[in-house]
Formats: sequence, C-alpha cells, structure tokens
Amino acid sequence: MDAETATAVTVAAAEQEALISGSEAVAVASRLADVDVITAYPIRPYDTMMQYVAKQIANGEQDAEYIVAESEHSQFEIAKHASAVGARALCGSSGVGWCYAFEAIAVTPALRLPLLAMVGNRALDDPGAFGTEHNDALAARDLGWMHVWVDTAQEALDVTLIAYRVAEDRRVFLPCAISTDGAFLTHSQALVKIPPRAWVDEFLPRYDRGDLRFHPDNPITIAPQVNEDWLMEIRRQTDQAMRNARGVLEEAYRDFRRIFNRDYGNPFFEEYYTDDAEIVLVGMGTLSMPVKVVIRKLRAEGQRVGFVRVRWFRPFDYERLGGLLSRFQAVGVVDRDFSMGSPYNSGVLANEIRATLYGQPKQPPVVSFITGLGGREVTIPNVREMFEHTRKAAETGASPRDTLWIGVRA
Amino acid sequence: MARTISVEVVYRGIFQKTLAKNICRGIVLAARKEGKIGIAFGRYGDSPERNGIPAKNFAIVAPDEETLQLSMAQYEPAESDITIAVDDTLCKGVESWAWYGLQPINEKIREGGTLVVTSTLPAGEIVKFCHTKAHPYRLAVIPGIPSFSGLWVYKDDHTDVRILGALPKVCPDLVSLDAMLAAIKDEWKSDLKVTSARRSYEQTTTRTVGPGEGNPEVPYKFDLPGWTRMREGVTIEGMKLGEPIQFGGQVGGYRPQRNPYFKKYTTRTMRPVIDFDKCIKCTLCWLQCPDSCFDVMPDQTYDLNAEACCGCGVCEAVCPVDGCITMVNESAFTDNKSQWEMWKTNKDAYRQWVAEKIGCRPERSHGFRYKGQYEEQVASMGAASGGGQGGGE
Ligand code: SF4
Ligand code: SF4
Repeated sequence: MDAETATAVTVAAAEQEALISGSEAVAVASRLADVDVITAYPIRPYDTMMQYVAKQIANGEQDAEYIVAESEHSQFEIAKHASAVGARALCGSSGVGWCYAFEAIAVTPALRLPLLAMVGNRALDDPGAFGTEHNDALAARDLGWMHVWVDTAQEALDVTLIAYRVAEDRRVFLPCAISTDGAFLTHSQALVKIPPRAWVDEFLPRYDRGDLRFHPDNPITIAPQVNEDWLMEIRRQTDQAMRNARGVLEEAYRDFRRIFNRDYGNPFFEEYYTDDAEIVLVGMGTLSMPVKVVIRKLRAEGQRVGFVRVRWFRPFDYERLGGLLSRFQAVGVVDRDFSMGSPYNSGVLANEIRATLYGQPKQPPVVSFITGLGGREVTIPNVREMFEHTRKAAETGASPRDTLWIGVRA
Repeated sequence: MARTISVEVVYRGIFQKTLAKNICRGIVLAARKEGKIGIAFGRYGDSPERNGIPAKNFAIVAPDEETLQLSMAQYEPAESDITIAVDDTLCKGVESWAWYGLQPINEKIREGGTLVVTSTLPAGEIVKFCHTKAHPYRLAVIPGIPSFSGLWVYKDDHTDVRILGALPKVCPDLVSLDAMLAAIKDEWKSDLKVTSARRSYEQTTTRTVGPGEGNPEVPYKFDLPGWTRMREGVTIEGMKLGEPIQFGGQVGGYRPQRNPYFKKYTTRTMRPVIDFDKCIKCTLCWLQCPDSCFDVMPDQTYDLNAEACCGCGVCEAVCPVDGCITMVNESAFTDNKSQWEMWKTNKDAYRQWVAEKIGCRPERSHGFRYKGQYEEQVASMGAASGGGQGGGE
C-alpha cells in the first residue's frame, strides 16, 4: 500500500458519532460484525435492540437472517443451531424471558456454541417491574457462559465486538451474555463513536468453527446421549475453555486498543481513583455513574475514596482483583441483585468478593450492600451512605455480620 | 459369618421391568425376615427402559447398615454372587448402555457364584452362549419360556417367585427357604405363589461351568477417552460413507458404515431368517428396517447385518412374499454370520439351514409385534368379536 492510499484509508476510516442507546449500540455492533443470524422475541427492555436491528435491515444497512421466534426458548434454540453450522449469531432477552430460554441457555456452553446474547437486565417480575436487577443474567452465572456488564453505550458497542472475538476463538468457543442495565442503558441515548467497518474487519476474524462445524462436508453428530461416563469430561472441557478465555480476553483488548485507539485498561475491571484510595466501593453496571459523582465530591472534601467496577463477571479475574482489593482499608460491595439466605444475606457479587479476598494474605473488612432493586435509582445520598458505612468498617477493622439494604423503605 | 451378597438381575427393558423389580424386592424382604438389611435398585438411566434393551436391577443384602453403605450410591456392584438372566438370549451378552461395548452375562459373577437362567434349553446349550470365564461358576436353569409383558401390564405367571424360590438353593448364605416363603406370602398374599416357589426350590439343579468353558469370542469393547482427548462440543464423528461389497469375483451393492461402539444386537430376542430363493428384490425390507440393517448385495438381494439388527420384526411384516423373511428365536443361533454368503456358497446347505432354523423354537415369546399377531389375537377372542358388522361390500 503506498502512502497516498494509506492516507485515503485513514480518512475514510474516521469514526462517526451517533446518538444511540446501549441496546442500539449492540445492534450497531451486530451490523459492523456482520452477524449472520439474529433471533428475536420481544420483551422489554431488550426489545430496543431487536427493533434497531429490524430498522437497520429495513433500511438496507444490515444484511442478516432476522428470525422472530414464537418464544424465547425457540429464539435461543435457533441461535444455538445457527451457531453450530458456523453462522455468527446474536440473540438476547430480559428478565423472565431469559429464564424461559433457560433450557437452551443451560446447554449452550457444553456444545461450545459462541453466540452472543444481550441481556437487558430486568427484575424477575410477575407484576410487571421493568427496571433493572441483575438476577436474570446471574441466574446463568455458573453454567459456562461468559458474562460482562457494561456501563455506557460506547462500552456496549465495543464489548460486543470484543465478545465475538473472544467467544469465537477456537480456544474458547463459549457463549457470552452482555448485560446492559434496563432503562439506564437500554433506554437512554448517548453519543457513541461508531468505528468504520475496516477497523472491525481487521479486529474480528471470520467465525471458523473448524472440525466442530455441523455441515454435510463435515459429518458429525452433536449432543448424542451421554451418561455418567462422559459428562464429567465434558464439564472439564467447558471449564478449560473458560480458563482459556482469560488470556484470550487480554489479547483481544490489546488488539482493540491498537486498532480502535480506545484503552479500557484492565479488561476485567475498571478502577476509578483507586491509586491512593483508603476505601472503595465495588459494583457492576450503570451504578458507576452516581458512585463516580460522589467520589469526586468526597475527594473535594478530602476523602480518599475510590471505585472498582467489575466488567467481566465470568471469567472472574480473582487474582488481580483480590490483589487490588486487599490493599484497601475496607471494601464496600454494592449488589443490584440478591441471593436470599446466602452467607451474610448478601447479594451475589459480595460473596464473590469475599471469596476472592479469602486467598489474600491481607483481608480488609467487607461491607455488603443491596440497593437499586427493581430499577430503583441509586441516588447520591445512597452512595454517600454506603461510603460512610464502609468508612466505619475501616475504622473498626471489622466486617459487619449482615448486609445493609440501602434505599429501602422501612 | 454373615457377608454382603449381591444379586444382579439382567432383564429386557419394558417387557421384564416389573419382573426384575419383583425379584429384587423379594430378595430384600426375605433377607429382612432374618434380620439382615438390604437395598433393591435399578440401573438408573434412559436407554434401559426402551423395548427389549438389556437392563439391570440389583438387590444387595448385608449383615448391617454400615456394611450395606459400602454398596450404596452406586450404579452397579463390582461383583455379583448371583446373576439372574430372565431371558436366555441375554446370555449372549448385554449392551446395557450405549458406549460400554458388550458385557458378557457372567462378567460380574465371582468365583463360585451362580448364573440363574429361565429357559427351556438344556444347560449345555446355554453355556455355549456365555462367554468364557477364567474361574469356575455355577449355572442353574429354571425351566420355562421367558416371561415377557408390556409397559402397563404384568404377566403374573409366577416367574418371579419361581426364581425367588430357587435362590435359597443356589445360595443358602443369602436367605433360608423359610424366610423366602414367608416374605412371598407377605408380599403377594397368595398360597399358590408360595407353592410355586417351594416347587422351584425342590426342582432347581445346578451344574458347574469350568474355566474356559463357553463362547471363546472376545467381546467388543473400547477405552473411554479422557477430557483432553475427547472431541469438544459434545460431538462425535459422523458415519463415513459405506462401500460396495466384494464376494468371490463379484463386486457391487452397498454396505453402509455402522456404529462400532453400540451394535445393539443384544436387544434382540428374535432374528430374521431370509429365504433368498424367494426374494423378489422389492427393496421393502431395506427401506423399512428402522436400523438400516440390510446391505445391498451385488445381486440386488438384501442381506441382514446381524450385528445391527435389534429384532423388531418390521422386515418380516413388510416383506410381500410368503415365508421369505421369518423371525426365529434368537436362541437358535450362536453367531452373527452372513446368511447371504451361506446361500451363495452352498444353496442346498442353506435351504436346509433355513428349514432347520424356522423349525427350531418357533414360539413368539417377546413383546414386539410380529406378523400375524393381530389375526391370532382376533381369532382367540372368539365369535363375539369375529362377526364383523360390515355390509359395505
Ligand atoms: S428385525 Fe428386521 S426390520 Fe427389525 S431391525 Fe432387524 S432387520 Fe431391521
Ligand atoms: S422385502 Fe422380502 S422380497 Fe422384498 S427385498 Fe426384502 S427379502 Fe426380498
């Protein structure tokens, strides 16, 4: 390539800015990644993604098989089968819709089908609570799905591209759920940089299923009946794939930084003012917004506080996260989910953090919080309150024996 | 000194499920009469409850609870003191699950243990089916045709108590006759059943099967790969395309590849015998066989691959020529050789073989449908149902 064409490419490749929501960002990423099969079944708030895909296809901007199934169960099944024949596949759901697809969700990892699902996090409601809670995606946390939580529309777009690259890596071949907080991400539009297709093409190789491709030229049987003589080995294979994903994720983020010039630092978690922090909060998703605001205020008041946002929940970077958190005088963990009757009556993340710290030589007190359930806003006073409790634990050096519910009416 | 005693009942899925369960329950309840403790359990799984597939039930009797725990939370005990085959054709071996290969019927029997078989054949004939063993064991034959019933019905022909009655004789350590009879009386509330059991006790004789006696064939088996060697994604390689058949100077036809890990002929209680002289090459057997057991031969007849045939009888039912395909009791055979090759090699000898096989044990004992079954049933219902209300013609 001579200098002149190189310049032309660079100019043509400049990013464009668009005002889109987190779900729309996933839809745009699916266009950039040239996803082959997109299966859909409407449920709020995930449906904002499928609507945008439909629009892109209708406008002639996107070329994909777009299949509206008759239920989430079929929706995930179709995506699974598409992935098995070598098609890049996307689906998604929310709340109880995700649960309705659970049979397909549960078996996807062992079959090593690298499809992506957007989870528009929603309360597991009966009476129609559309707001965010993380229990829907977390219900599948142990099954071999990779799970990532994003906190901006930009990250939703970028992570979708990264997730395809990692999921479709032969060393991994696992499905990935991209969690976007209902309402706060799925229904709020923000300015997002849309990279040119050429960059995406450079970053994301073709999905090559190789010897696992279900095709007449590669005759195989998928999922023959297995018994106790086989399943444990299959589980161990899935486990190895998840272990491999850690390194593959690092590679993908490194390449992403090189090609897209956006640096996410440690792929697994985001650190905010942690360098000199005495105490930190830990959480996932859009909770980061009020927390970051409060941190800046408290810092102005002279308090050394920080925040760690867990991005990749599976695989979980327990080594580095444990090393980081053990430095602080106290750690407050904010769960936008619950795990009724669990140790300390806490949410899911808090007990993951406790387990992560257990292997560390120094263990700061852990304070667990449950807040923002059912889509309730986490307010500035809520965050201040959580920092105060965490500060108290740092002073006494002791972990409270129970979890604090913040923002709940007594 | 009291010891743990393991009893294995090998049965045919669905048809003998209740029979096997009754036997194992009876053993544990009888042992209880003597203050022992036990469990009765089925080989948990899916396939074992399909028509005719060899399946297993177990009864373990131990002197006390702690000893019994050694045998609990297991699918199968490592060894058996008594193995009971409630159908003599099971003596050819069992593929109780896909992926295990072929397990000889006597595989688990410990030295000096006993194989109990219900059969009308003499013991010498049954031994020929059983794979050889390095150590001696005993064989007890309880005379009678195998007791087959359906999914929802149980044919109460006393096979259960006849087997139970024989057990104190073949293994006095397991339980005494008195305890067994008392348990049968309690469980079935029937003096007739007690009588059947007692008679069986009196009539049962055993003989010793010496080391190396029996079928010398090495049963097919394979190693289970570790997770690093297994294909990923719960996938297995598909069958490759088949090949034309060579016989003598002739090349032609087509033989498909078949699953080398699960041949499933142990599911069979009857096998098709083909009279090639009568075949009109209509293709129906080949088309309709649910397991693709027929090979297309160079002369366009269809030969049975007896390793793949589960004995369902469909080919017999669809063959349009009278007496061309006949289902024959599996106990009439000792190998899976090609019938077509026999026919090609010596037609007269083959014709004689066909006549002999068809004449041998002609009873239709198993639970699959067979040609003419409904005609027989309708006829046996008598005049009331035979009248017909037609008038259409
Ligand atoms: S009995 Fe006939 S139809 Fe049935 S499996 Fe055997 S060959 Fe096929
Ligand atoms: S169905 Fe009978 S006549 Fe037809 S090909 Fe088979 S054996 Fe021959």
